[in-house]
Amino acid sequence: MRGASTTRIALIYPELLGTYGDGGNAIVLARRLRWRGLPAEVVQVPAGSPVPEGCDIYLLGGGEDAPQVLAADGIRQNRAILRAVGSGAVVLAVCAGYQVIGVTYPSGGQIHEGLGLVGIETRRSFGPPEAAPPPRAVGDIVVEPDPRLGLPTLYGYENHGGRTRRLPDAGGFPLGTVRRGIGDGAAGGGEPGHGGGEGSPGTDGIVDGRVLGTYLHGPVLAQNPALADLLLGWVHGPLPPLDGPPETVALREARRRALTTP
Amino acid sequence: MTTSLPRRFTARTQAALAVERLAAEASRRLGRGSGEMIGGKLALRVSPGALAEVGSHRLSACVSGTNGKTTTTRLLARALGTLGPVKSNSGGANMAPGVLAALSRPPFDAAAALEVDEIWLPKVAREIGPRVVLLLNISRDQLDRSNETRRIAAMWRELGAELPETTVVANVDDPLVAWAAAGWHRQVWVSAGQNWTADAMVCPQCAKLLHRNDTGWWSECGLARPEPIVAVTGPRELRWYGRTIPARIDLPGRVNLGNAAMAAAAAREFGVEVEASLGAMTGLGDVQGRYQEVVLGEQGRRGRLLLAKNPAGWVEMMELLADAPPRPVIIDFNSQTADGRDPSWIWDVPFERLGGRQVLVTGERKEDMSVRLAYAEVPHSVQPSAEVAALAANEKVVDVVANYTAFRDLLVRCSR
Repeated sequence: MRGASTTRIALIYPELLGTYGDGGNAIVLARRLRWRGLPAEVVQVPAGSPVPEGCDIYLLGGGEDAPQVLAADGIRQNRAILRAVGSGAVVLAVCAGYQVIGVTYPSGGQIHEGLGLVGIETRRSFGPPEAAPPPRAVGDIVVEPDPRLGLPTLYGYENHGGRTRRLPDAGGFPLGTVRRGIGDGAAGGGEPGHGGGEGSPGTDGIVDGRVLGTYLHGPVLAQNPALADLLLGWVHGPLPPLDGPPETVALREARRRALTTP
Repeated sequence: MTTSLPRRFTARTQAALAVERLAAEASRRLGRGSGEMIGGKLALRVSPGALAEVGSHRLSACVSGTNGKTTTTRLLARALGTLGPVKSNSGGANMAPGVLAALSRPPFDAAAALEVDEIWLPKVAREIGPRVVLLLNISRDQLDRSNETRRIAAMWRELGAELPETTVVANVDDPLVAWAAAGWHRQVWVSAGQNWTADAMVCPQCAKLLHRNDTGWWSECGLARPEPIVAVTGPRELRWYGRTIPARIDLPGRVNLGNAAMAAAAAREFGVEVEASLGAMTGLGDVQGRYQEVVLGEQGRRGRLLLAKNPAGWVEMMELLADAPPRPVIIDFNSQTADGRDPSWIWDVPFERLGGRQVLVTGERKEDMSVRLAYAEVPHSVQPSAEVAALAANEKVVDVVANYTAFRDLLVRCSR
């Protein structure tokens, strides 16, 4: 039995949605709680089994086409995540997981129905049907987060074929503005010829209540510990301070030097 | 020199081979590596058909897969060497230019054991029509390059349908490989083992979850692990066409016995008895510097060089490290193009298992590795180079685990 204050972190279908080391996000969250003296439990949810009810944080990672569809179908079967979100659980969805929490996503040449947790849609391309779809977005990505989040610059790596945009009635707001890389790739000038409006910088991700989606992996919480603490704060309220660890300070400095110096 | 070329070579290909030789020699003289890539590239530009001309009139085998290509190719070359001269791209240049370079010197009827990059396999195999293709495994590697393991399997499956004369030697323990090989005209099924299953959870045929138990895997659509005719059954034992035979090679680890089983099964297709194959394989103690002990830096510290370039490879290395006394471990980690630009896969490696050893981290992405180890709660130090790390180690002999370019650079520095 868990104590009342044990934070339960559900890692959903890591065999299907774990292509880009996204299981690391669970490791980071659990360690950052334990280093503060707070109990944490990572609940591995193997593919094929039902998503558990009542976890505090649900993690969805990146995956290839067929596993993505399989994972989405599995998650939809018992709707536990949707109920959990309704009662205040936190969701971090990355890459394929980010696409899946939206209303629609592309996979294997078809458009699939997503979980509809957030008001985004993803397609292979938003350009005219006769135009070639944009190339895969592959590479380092740097995002300046929305000031409301109070976070420092986000670093990560992206690797996705889809382009994502907010629906007109979407709640929440984009996670941030893309400084390097593609991100959603549908909003603006981040990628000439593939964006919507000219000139406006592209965005990445969505924050809607306690659901956060992004194309950044790396894993994203390993490179951006403040983002991990933001999610943990949503569960716990104000957390005891935790410096570092110093290794993450060195990593962020190395990423800053490599990615933001001209 | 063109006079020694077979008459059937076109003038264009004769010129291409001359260019290859000149470019490779110039590259070597300038100290820019062994020259296979540049020479082969130029030659293919001069004569795009050169690969087919030099490759198709000889007995050859292509070795492909994510992990173990270089080692298996070397083992196979040794086994085929019992029959006569063998050409091989032993330098590890495994795309079309590297293969061409390996085949561009006489004798032009020598057998060939060729390592071929997974994505290049269809092109190379279509051109040279190998007698045997060895398919080892498919796992994630260079995440930024080949993002779909299934796509590689599908490509291989289609290739088999086009090569009616070719036998595929395939690892039944990898579902992606078994599915790919099932589309070929003739198979030799080998159980070479698979200790990394995370990249083959979904049936490549029907996209449903695969079922697994201790003896195999199967899918609801009917796809299942084929019955192997050759299998690794112990640390020094094979089941070989109905009998159990001792098998001892000098390369360490069960993974290399699996590679040897694949190579021996392929060599059998060329008429080499298994005893002769295994005999020729013993005595091979290192492959391209892998498993070799070298001097690190000027203080005479020694290090055993180990290559691990993806999660599957790291899990193999963990097993290999556990077999030996717990030495300090230096991890040398880069993320250049040849390594894969995206280092996030290190979060899939159970680095917790290094606990209790002294761990030292270096390389261009040492900070990423350091964060991974911090969250694994493995104490470690960050060092400017492998040589400096060796000096900081508690013992005079260390293990160095490096990924592709880190390994390559280390080997160059150590052999100076």
